[in-house]
Amino acid sequence: MVVQNVFFWVLAVAMVLGAIGVVRSRNVVHAALYLVVVMAGAAAQYILLAAEFVAWVQVLIYIGAVIILFLFGIMLTRAPMGGDTELDNDQRWPAAVVSIFLAGVLGTLLIDAFGKKEIVISGAKGTKLLEVGKAGNLADSIFTAYVVPFEVVSILLLAALVGAVVIARRD
Amino acid sequence: MILNQFLILAAVLFCIGVYGVLARRNGVLVLMSVELMLNAVNINLIAFSAYLRESAGNVFALFVITIAAAEVGVGLAIVLLIYRNLHSPDLDRVEQLKG
Repeated sequence: MVVQNVFFWVLAVAMVLGAIGVVRSRNVVHAALYLVVVMAGAAAQYILLAAEFVAWVQVLIYIGAVIILFLFGIMLTRAPMGGDTELDNDQRWPAAVVSIFLAGVLGTLLIDAFGKKEIVISGAKGTKLLEVGKAGNLADSIFTAYVVPFEVVSILLLAALVGAVVIARRD
Repeated sequence: MILNQFLILAAVLFCIGVYGVLARRNGVLVLMSVELMLNAVNINLIAFSAYLRESAGNVFALFVITIAAAEVGVGLAIVLLIYRNLHSPDLDRVEQLKG
């Protein structure tokens, strides 16, 4: 129990600092690299919660593909590589007020709703937890209960790929 | 581990993402903030999946990851088009429809 909590807090602090880096960094490439920290931290949190398959998908898709896509986007839009003060607009303070207000509302709601409910990870229930995130069980539920959403998502991906090519193509 | 520590971490990440979407001007950075918010949602889904011992949360996290990849593809294509037409990735300059 204690070990998992120590890991959780170390990862949580790293993720929050990385997220602040993403939204506050004055260098676009640094912001993308801070995003890698947040996503790797999220993958580690999934492993803490025994969701091993989703964790590796997160590493492959997010860190492997999405970040590369972002770096290409930065390169193609010739974003300034050095420090730049023009990355933020002038609604910084209203944005901070809105997000702090939202954090307060969400935090109060979550504490009120879920209090001290525990995720049991030891004993017989812990073995059940290991079953939940296994790739075989996920495949079973994707191809039985969720087969229609799965097909819809594949069509959506196809449409998004064709759409991206059509939008970005030079005429 | 209590459930709330994951949920509150996700809420904090989500709010930082909201700040980024509102305060950033560069289109690529706005998309990165949207990714932060989607990641926060995924943490919520996985935490509830572990709490309820249901693999449905895992499956939906996979769907969210897929849709996030599609969203980044289309979003970056749009930012690229804005850059090509306005010679700047700043979203504040997209104001042709402003009254």
